Amino acid sequence: MDFGPFLLLATMEGLVMAAVLALTASGLSLVFGVMRVVNVAHGEFFMLGAVLAWFVAEAAPGPPWLGFMAALAVAPLLVASVAALADTLILRRLNYEPEATIVATIGLLYILQQAALTFYGPDARPVVAPFDWRIQLPWFGWSGYKLFVIAAACAILTGLWLLLSRTRIGLVMRATQYDSETARAFGIDVDRVYAGVFALGAALAAVAAVLIVPIQQAHYLMGGDPLLLAFIVVIIGGLGSLRGTLVAALLIGLSDGIIGVFFSPTVAKIIATLFVAMVLILRPQGLFGRRPA
Amino acid sequence: MRPDPIGAPTRRRVLQAGGALAASAALPGFVQAQTSEPIRLGFQLHRTGIGAAYGRWYERAAKGALEIINAEGGINGRPVEILFEDDGTDPRRGAEVVEKFATQSNCDAVLGPLFSHVVVGTAPRAGELRIPYLVCSEGNHVASGMLNRWTLQPGITDVRSQVQSMAPWVLANLGKKVTMVFPDYAFGHDHRDSFTQAIADQGGEVIAQIAIPPTETSFTRYMPRIPRETEVLYHVMVGPAVLTFVKELGEFYGTGARPEIFGFIDSLEGVDINSPGLEFLDGSHFWEGHCRYLQAEPGAHEAAYRDAVGVDGNGASRADARDVSTYGHMFSPWETLFIIKAGMEASGYQSADDRQAFVEAIEAMTDMPYSIAHPQGPKVFNGRTHQVFGLQYITKVQNGRMDRVHTTSIEDGLYPDQVDYTTQPF
Repeated sequence: MDFGPFLLLATMEGLVMAAVLALTASGLSLVFGVMRVVNVAHGEFFMLGAVLAWFVAEAAPGPPWLGFMAALAVAPLLVASVAALADTLILRRLNYEPEATIVATIGLLYILQQAALTFYGPDARPVVAPFDWRIQLPWFGWSGYKLFVIAAACAILTGLWLLLSRTRIGLVMRATQYDSETARAFGIDVDRVYAGVFALGAALAAVAAVLIVPIQQAHYLMGGDPLLLAFIVVIIGGLGSLRGTLVAALLIGLSDGIIGVFFSPTVAKIIATLFVAMVLILRPQGLFGRRPA
Repeated sequence: MRPDPIGAPTRRRVLQAGGALAASAALPGFVQAQTSEPIRLGFQLHRTGIGAAYGRWYERAAKGALEIINAEGGINGRPVEILFEDDGTDPRRGAEVVEKFATQSNCDAVLGPLFSHVVVGTAPRAGELRIPYLVCSEGNHVASGMLNRWTLQPGITDVRSQVQSMAPWVLANLGKKVTMVFPDYAFGHDHRDSFTQAIADQGGEVIAQIAIPPTETSFTRYMPRIPRETEVLYHVMVGPAVLTFVKELGEFYGTGARPEIFGFIDSLEGVDINSPGLEFLDGSHFWEGHCRYLQAEPGAHEAAYRDAVGVDGNGASRADARDVSTYGHMFSPWETLFIIKAGMEASGYQSADDRQAFVEAIEAMTDMPYSIAHPQGPKVFNGRTHQVFGLQYITKVQNGRMDRVHTTSIEDGLYPDQVDYTTQPF
C-alpha cells in the first residue's frame, strides 16, 4: 500500500482509539480531580458496560439498531448505579483516604471481574453493530460504524464539557474539587456530589465500552487494557485536568495508531510508556495539571 | 474412682481387642476395595481465560467418551472417573493444577489442554512428578523433543504435520504467493516455520509474515501490511478477538479484489460461520481437524460420536443452537481417553506404580484404525516422538456451511523424527 493511504488508515484507526480512550480517561480524571480517588476498578466499569450492553441488546426485541440504542441508554445507567452504590457502601466509609481507596478499588476490581465471569461466563460475545455501512475508499474499505464511534465520542465529550462549565451541577462539582470543606460550609451536600461524580466517571467508561463492543467483543477480561491506557493518558494530561486528558488521549491514540501501523503495536506501547516516564520526571503534574500548592 | 480388679477386662482392653479384630477382618476387604477403586484421571481444562470455549467442549467430549468407556466395563474392570480442574488458560496455574492432581487427588494420569503455552509450561512439572501427561494441544512441541518422556500427544496431529500435508493442495488450487497472519507465540510460530518451509519445498513462496500479539483486540492496522500481489491469505488466530479479525478483514477488502483465503478453523472455533460480518468468508477455505458440518457421506461412527457429545449436524449444541462447538479439535480428548484405556489394559495397570509401564505401552502403539475410539479418522502413532498422525480435511465455505473438498492422507503429513523419547530415562 502507498504511503498516503497507509497514513490515512493509520490516522483513522488512531482516531477511533483516541475517541474511546478520551471517554474512558475523562471518567478516571474526573473522579480523581473531584474526589482525589485513584479508581483502580475503572477498567472493570468499562468491562461491565460492555457485558451489560450484550445483555440489553440480547433482551431487546426488534432490529439490531434498536437493541444497540437500548444498550447505549441502559448500560451506562446501570453501571452508574453500581458505582454510586460502591461509593456509598465502601468509599464513603473509608473517608476517601487515598491508600484505603486504592486497596478498596482493587478489591472492587476483582469482585466485578469475578461477578462477570460467574453471571456472563468466560466467552467473548459480540453486540451487532446498529448499522452495516462500509466506506469504500479507492485503496481500502473501512467500517462506517467506526466513524459513528468518533462522532458519538465527540458529542458526549462536548456534553460533558458543557455540563462542567455551564450548569449548576458543574459549578457544584468544581466548587467541591476546589475546596470541599468550604463547599460543605456553603451548604453543598458533598457526599451526594461524590456519589454523583463516581457514578458519572463509571458511566463514561461504560459509554466508551458500549460504543466499542460492536467492534471488539464483550469479555470478562477486557478491562485491563483500558485501565492501563487511561492511566497513561491521565498521567500525561495531568490528573484532574479534562483538557489535558483530551489532548493526551489524542496524542496516545494517534501515536498508537500510526506507530502501530508503521512499526508494531508493541513499539507503540513502549513509546507511550516511555513518554509517561519522561512526563513523570520532567513535569510530574502532567502537561496541563496544576502543581499542588 | 474404684480401681479395676486385677485380671478383669478393662474397657480400654476390650476396645483394643475389638479394634484389632475389626482391622484383621477388614484387611482382605481393603485389598478388594483397592482393586475395584476407580481409575482416576485429572483433566487440566481451559474453563476460564482466553481458551474457555475449548475448555467447555473438551469437557463435554471427555464426558461423552467416559460414559461409553464406563458402560463397557471401565478400564481393567474398574470404573473410571475424571476430575476437571480449571487452569485459567494460564501456564503457571496449569503447573499447579497438575501438581494437585498428582499429589493431592492421587490421579493415575493427566489429560492436558489445547493452548501450547500452558502445555509447554506444565510438561516439565509433570515430568518431575512422574505422572503421564497426555496433551490435547496441536503444537509441534511434543514431537520437536522439547518436552519429556512423560508427555505424549496421542489424540491429535501436530501443526507441522497438518500444514505439511495441506501445503501442496493450497499451492495447486489457490495460489503460489502466500501471506501468513498468525498469533505471535509458540503456536503461531509453529505455523510460521512449518508452513513457510512446506510452501518453499513445493515451489511456492511466503511473501509476508504478519505476527499479531495474542492480546490484540483490533486488527485493521495490520491489514495494509498484506502485500498487494498476495495470492493466498493464510490466517490462523486464537482467543476472544477472532471474530473481530475476520470482520475487519471483510471491511478492509469489501467487495473489491481480494486474495484467496485459507484459514485454520482455530480462527473460528466456537463461532457460528453465519454470524453477521462473516459473509466475507463465503467461498474461502478452511483446515478442519474434523468437519464441523455433517458431510454428505459421514463415517460409520460420526452419528454415535455426535450423539455422545451432544452436537447437532451443524456442529452446535443440541441444547442451544447458538452454542457452537470447537468441533475441529474436541475429538482430541475423546480419542485420548480411549488411548488411555488401551494403554492401561495393555500394561495391566493397577496403581500409580505402573505409570511407567503405561507410558511404555502407549509408546508401543502404532496403527489406530477408524472406530468409535477414533471418530476423527484412522491414525498412526509414533512412539519415538510421542506424536500421532492422522487425516486432515479441507472444507469450503458455501451455502452457509462448510463442505469438505479434500482429505489428505496420513503419509502426506509424515516427517523425519526430531527426537527419540524412548531413549530418555523416566
